[in-house]
Amino acid sequence: MKEFSTLSIKETISSLKNKDFSVSELIDFHISSMENGRELNAFITETSDIARKKAIVCDQNYSKGEEKPLEGIPIGIKDMFCTKGVKTTASSKMLENFIPPYESTVTQNLWDDGAILLGKLNNDEFAMGSSNETSFFGEVKNPWKNSMDNFTVPGGSSGGSATSVAAGIGLASLGTDTGGSIRQPASFTGTVGLKPTYGRCSRWGIIAFASSLDQAGPITKTVRDCALLLNSICSYDPKDSTSSQKKIPDFEKATDESIKGMKIGIPKEYEADGISEDIIEYIEKGKEWLVESGAEIIEISLPHIKYALPCYYIIAPAEASSNLARYDGVKFTHRVDAENIIDMYEETRSQGFGDEVKRRIMIGTYVLSSGYYDAYYLKAQKVRAMISQDFKEAFSKVDAIYGPSTPSTAFELGDKKKDPLEMYLNDVFTVPVNLAGLPAMSVPVGLDKKNLPIGMQLIGNSFNEESILSIASCIEKSAKFDLNPNRWWINE
Amino acid sequence: MAIDSKLVERIAKLSRISLTESEVKNLSSDLDNILNWIEQLSELDTEGINPVFSSFDEEEIKYRSDEINDGGYREDIISNAPLSEDGFFLVPKVVD
Repeated sequence: MKEFSTLSIKETISSLKNKDFSVSELIDFHISSMENGRELNAFITETSDIARKKAIVCDQNYSKGEEKPLEGIPIGIKDMFCTKGVKTTASSKMLENFIPPYESTVTQNLWDDGAILLGKLNNDEFAMGSSNETSFFGEVKNPWKNSMDNFTVPGGSSGGSATSVAAGIGLASLGTDTGGSIRQPASFTGTVGLKPTYGRCSRWGIIAFASSLDQAGPITKTVRDCALLLNSICSYDPKDSTSSQKKIPDFEKATDESIKGMKIGIPKEYEADGISEDIIEYIEKGKEWLVESGAEIIEISLPHIKYALPCYYIIAPAEASSNLARYDGVKFTHRVDAENIIDMYEETRSQGFGDEVKRRIMIGTYVLSSGYYDAYYLKAQKVRAMISQDFKEAFSKVDAIYGPSTPSTAFELGDKKKDPLEMYLNDVFTVPVNLAGLPAMSVPVGLDKKNLPIGMQLIGNSFNEESILSIASCIEKSAKFDLNPNRWWINE
Repeated sequence: MAIDSKLVERIAKLSRISLTESEVKNLSSDLDNILNWIEQLSELDTEGINPVFSSFDEEEIKYRSDEINDGGYREDIISNAPLSEDGFFLVPKVVD
């Protein structure tokens, strides 16, 4: 039955249409993969019963010829998306028993298109982290061990989303990306991950971290699958005031487009120190592939990009401190009883939040506090304007920007856990994109000397996901990356 | 600027988070490191730059019509409350 786990969504759908196997058989296979993969700790909640029930309906739809675009496709959902009647924890003790009475818009879009919920995926607590080590439910393991046979992190915060897809559990997953939380884990696990333009997907029903930066997006095995999921999740939603009414193109079509004549920029600032040698080698290889496909490489400059990370670590915590004020022991399941209401608030929050979440709430509270607002928060929003302007100028010359997704490949579990600042630096290439609201994706290109996946990042102009999908598709064809980690987690 | 334990305690108070002594100590050094690193923004001249609070095109934000088209979920909303009574959230006594 191994063939099930190597199939893409596209291939699975055509097999289902051919009656090579049924949706119920497919779902049973993925449920047993999920159960055999528990050592990865990718899932917080397994929804096998829901999946089996829906599979029966999907099979009927196929036999009636009434199948919808993602009919019967098993998908894992990051535990930041509210799923009606299914526990949604944000990987926090604070929401350990929270059962949403409503469904997020993007997940509803998937179910309306016939997709099946396989389970809810582990992530860094409230999506704050770059290694999936801050989860209340424990760390997620990357399916790729390094050449010393040590466990590595899957990246974060969508660590469970990336690990499940890389391990062949479910055919795709949804993640959220506030500063790189889809692209960095995709890069660490050899999967494809895309953060759409801010406003492309509704944020309604996503547990809020930093509202001006958060976006939902897919993690998949192939670029085409990524486009298929985008086709489903993107929509205008009146329930989200920053949801865009711009026309949504057929993203799948973009994966077949030639990149001949396209201008692709490489920021000279990316040649900065700190990128591993193997990654530099692949940057060069990628350039050759792009040129061979008829694209033109142009050196560009993003002069303020080095300020993006400190800028982000003012804005994101500031918004988080405000968003997370709602967890006060009154409305959401977790409460520590106390004599008076202030003590109840303080004890509930003290025991309900983990260290990294507390750290960010504290930073956010500080930069917004009286006397510091101008020096930190307002300053950061001005720097954000300068960074956005850098991108605007770059996109007057090029169609897309190309570079590495991360400065290193997956690090070992526990390696950076002690130093928050060192952890933050991991997002140096992904964060600028969120500040400017642009679409960007990570596509796997090969393995480094430690046998770990390397991902390249493509950044598109606002509401131009299509060009990066075309380029990613071309890179994918040249790289021929084999998503096939040694399956150590299966005991046989 | 140095972040000392007194400042950390003040921020914790504003954040409504109670901290143990060792947490105060750790957070003092963490926040000090992080904020010192953030300080590098001060080398940038931002005079005359208009701040950007969102990348979303404000012209696209439309007012919705002012009408009731949803609601009536009292039971659903209260269902996740740690304590409730008669459809209300219960909290410790606030006024004597």
